[in-house]
Amino acid sequence: MTTPGEEASVTSDFVRSYVITGGRSLPSSDDLALHTLVTLAPERTLPLGAGPEVKAIWDLCAGGYLSVAEVAGHLGLPVGVARLLLTDLFEQGHLLRRAEPPRAQNVDRATLEKVLNGLQSLIG
Amino acid sequence: MDSNPSSAETAQRSIYVSSAVTNAAKILVVGHFAVGKTTFIGSLSEITPLRTEEKMTQASVQVDDLRGVTDKTTTTVALDFGRLTLSNDLVLYLFGTPGQQRFMQLWEDMARGALGALLLVDPARLEETFPVIDLIERYGLEYAIAVNCFNSATAYGEEEVREALDLLPDTPVVYCDARDQRSSAEALIALVRHLLDRAA
Repeated sequence: MTTPGEEASVTSDFVRSYVITGGRSLPSSDDLALHTLVTLAPERTLPLGAGPEVKAIWDLCAGGYLSVAEVAGHLGLPVGVARLLLTDLFEQGHLLRRAEPPRAQNVDRATLEKVLNGLQSLIG
Repeated sequence: MDSNPSSAETAQRSIYVSSAVTNAAKILVVGHFAVGKTTFIGSLSEITPLRTEEKMTQASVQVDDLRGVTDKTTTTVALDFGRLTLSNDLVLYLFGTPGQQRFMQLWEDMARGALGALLLVDPARLEETFPVIDLIERYGLEYAIAVNCFNSATAYGEEEVREALDLLPDTPVVYCDARDQRSSAEALIALVRHLLDRAA
């Protein structure tokens, strides 16, 4: 079934991206993949002068691990903007990352087997 | 331990990934417009599927025209995705990706680190699947075909689909109802089995 509005573009009432990013160009996916998991490092203090989007990411990521895409989705940020702000926080030592995919496009057998077992246990 | 909730149930109570998870895998769910990608993801995801957007700009044009002139070359594309905890230490992300050539930037991003792609096909609109196959092959992704057959009055045989799409003999073709969790899981299983064969 196709839900109404499937693939309709999201109507954007965002601040234009360049305002949030300070006019910087967005990093490529090589820097932070969409399914890389991120969380706030322990005992960090929100940087002075952090903008509302950084503050929102900070609060969200304080609760546990989420993928880069989930951070963007929960906060209604374009993926590229979320990735840039997360990269900043990581470079400043505020963020931990986990489960980064390998750079090479080689699929590892052990992961495939785990995925297969997990899916099979879903359907009993 | 029968009394313990499964990891998937635990994950359902929180928006966060369980802290034991150290591995995240990604599978793309691709197909032409309105083929049922979002429905498929929704039937499997333990979180309410999320939607985010990516701005797509043609390479020759600057991002964000500061003069405030409408930039006709920038389009916004919605990306739907869901999450599935598969074991104590592994989550699977399903990303629904539109199959238009003009979203190639997005595809590059999506394809990075993906295990493979499940290509949803509406048998009544087979010709709309060709551009999507082109993209899958361009990015070197392994794939399986899932014929989403919930609304097709006409039954299409596997051979018909195979021939129309000019598939390789070992490319799996399965039938699924994207609204049904079990059926959707079985389609993913067919894909992952194929990926294991190809990885061998």
